[in-house]
Amino acid sequence: MHAQSLQAILDAGQPVAAHRPWPRFVVTPDIWNTLIEGLADSAWTLLGLWGELGLVHLAVHEEGSGMLGVASLPCPAGCFPSVGRRHPPAQRLERTIADLVGLQPVDAPDIRPWLDHGRWPVRYPLGAATAPTTTMPPYRFLAVEGESLHQIPVGPVHAGIIEPGHFRFTANGEAVARLEQRLGYVHKGIESLLNGATLERAARLVGRVSGDSTVAYALAFARAAEAATETEVPARAHWLRALMAELERLANHCGDIGAICNDAAFALMLAHCAVLREQILRASAAGFGHRLLMDRVVPGGVAADLSVEGVSVLQSLVAEIRRQFPALVTLYDNTASLQDRTAKTGFVKPTLIRQFGCGGYVGRAGGRAFDARRTLGYPPYDVLKFEIPLRTDSDVNGRVWLRICEVEQSLSLIEQILQKLPSGPVRVALKTPGQPCESLALVEGFRGDILLWLRLNGDGTVARCHPRDPSWFQWPLLEAAIEGNIVADFPLCNKSFNGSYSGHDL
Amino acid sequence: MHKLLLQNLWRSPMTIPAPAPSEQALAELGAQVDQAARRRLGRSLAIRQVDAGSCNGCELEIHALHNAFYDLERFGFHFVASPRHADVLLVTGPVTANMREALERTYAATPDPKWVVAVGDCGRDGGVFAGSYACVGGVAEVIPVDLHIPGCPPSPTQLLEGLLALL
Ligand code: SF4
Repeated sequence: MHAQSLQAILDAGQPVAAHRPWPRFVVTPDIWNTLIEGLADSAWTLLGLWGELGLVHLAVHEEGSGMLGVASLPCPAGCFPSVGRRHPPAQRLERTIADLVGLQPVDAPDIRPWLDHGRWPVRYPLGAATAPTTTMPPYRFLAVEGESLHQIPVGPVHAGIIEPGHFRFTANGEAVARLEQRLGYVHKGIESLLNGATLERAARLVGRVSGDSTVAYALAFARAAEAATETEVPARAHWLRALMAELERLANHCGDIGAICNDAAFALMLAHCAVLREQILRASAAGFGHRLLMDRVVPGGVAADLSVEGVSVLQSLVAEIRRQFPALVTLYDNTASLQDRTAKTGFVKPTLIRQFGCGGYVGRAGGRAFDARRTLGYPPYDVLKFEIPLRTDSDVNGRVWLRICEVEQSLSLIEQILQKLPSGPVRVALKTPGQPCESLALVEGFRGDILLWLRLNGDGTVARCHPRDPSWFQWPLLEAAIEGNIVADFPLCNKSFNGSYSGHDL
Repeated sequence: MHKLLLQNLWRSPMTIPAPAPSEQALAELGAQVDQAARRRLGRSLAIRQVDAGSCNGCELEIHALHNAFYDLERFGFHFVASPRHADVLLVTGPVTANMREALERTYAATPDPKWVVAVGDCGRDGGVFAGSYACVGGVAEVIPVDLHIPGCPPSPTQLLEGLLALL
């Protein structure tokens, strides 16, 4: 354990006014380095690392005390002490800062570009944007040495209906000796689009960072905007948001459980799970007017109230899933050929999971008991009864089971919400802040915790917004999970992680 | 005999020139071949999906086409793993700069005749991401598009309607 508490270390910095609900401090290089050492010693968890012109920000969480804070280091010389040098989970984030903002991590172990593939008309779009003067040299994949090794390059266009990314496998016969990922293909420049956007447009954009998590992203943005402007949202809005968040979790879990089994050539599960998923999307459309629930969570509340008929549609949905799901669980459990593929496949060491602060089902299947709904207890989860399923097997099978257990929890949460849904308004107008204000939000999406940092201008437009997808801390672990597995098990491992390309590439 | 052969050699042939084929017969034959082909090969289209920078919302709804409610394959559509096997490219996303070349190469690898369907508001003109330094903005900016299916994302029913129009 680190000698000093996170609070004590941050307190040595300059607190920034109007940063809510957790504090932000401008820190000296000394404090910055102390924070790095604490991260390397696992005293706290890295939540995010991002930059803007002349400034890098580091968000950390101290589990014991529950303290959450942001440290900001001014970079007058255009560089900052590398966090990745001592704490590998920061490496890709630093490479991204170098690409987007132009601030260089000093002594970083890996300085290759990450999101910038040399194809944009601009360099450092979030920093001192300039036109590129030189062409970028071809990407250097890690060198591979050794007898009888061969390489298999895959992507960016994959053989299925999935997002693009490049995987470079080095295999020894059938066994994978190393997987190296190259991402960034779906980088859309969302952070730049957010600069100067109205709250309404920004909410739509953030809701499309990763379409499968649109509710969670919209919720993160709404909570951040409300915290920054000190706006209180009506109770019914909180409850409807949680209802949508659980519907999203349910739909993704059902769909993915089937898809994972399908990658083990067990199509029957996919066929049944896909029907469940479709029923959930139809009920969502009936209740809220959009199958994926896009643009339903907005700053100030929700865009659509749930009618009495909507409540009964959702009640019958829960009853229907409760009727169908147990048979599918039994099918999964009793199919030895399927278990043969999933058990012991794609194991991730729990130490790596802790080091990377890996959230979601990947983290919880590897023993890391973090779930923002419980750890932060934002409303209405503070008054709802639910368990956080936890496992330690940390393989494909463990991740499938974890999601099976979470389906049951989400069903129970939906029932509780429908029973106790408070009445009243569902939306309030956001206060105009008058002067610049900032905030941080952390919410639990189906994939894991989404961090969102926001700075608003006095007129209520966005000055800077940084959403951090849970995949940032999951993708690197997929590289570790596949090691020693056969190449043919990669789709299975990959699907059991289901990292978001779009959420990561931004 | 020699004389006869010589005469025949110098004389123009008696065989009349081939008549133009009967329009009617051709139409009849054509219809037969068409029927046979449709019976044997079905009204079948092989689709290759390309995500050119989508938020993955469109992919979720394309996936849904496979579920028992929509059962896309009953109409003769099926998704293939390689552009070389495809008749149709189903492209989503605002075409990010980083995906542009991959999309162009996928198009080049698809044999003629081929159709391109741009899916979603993003595929039409970049959608919410239009104007970004990192997006080209619309599939038609990069490869010729035959059909747009708008929506954010289009529902499986809208996707089906669009695809059926191709047949
Ligand atoms: S059209 Fe909408 S759902 Fe489809 S990729 Fe674009 S933002 Fe996502």
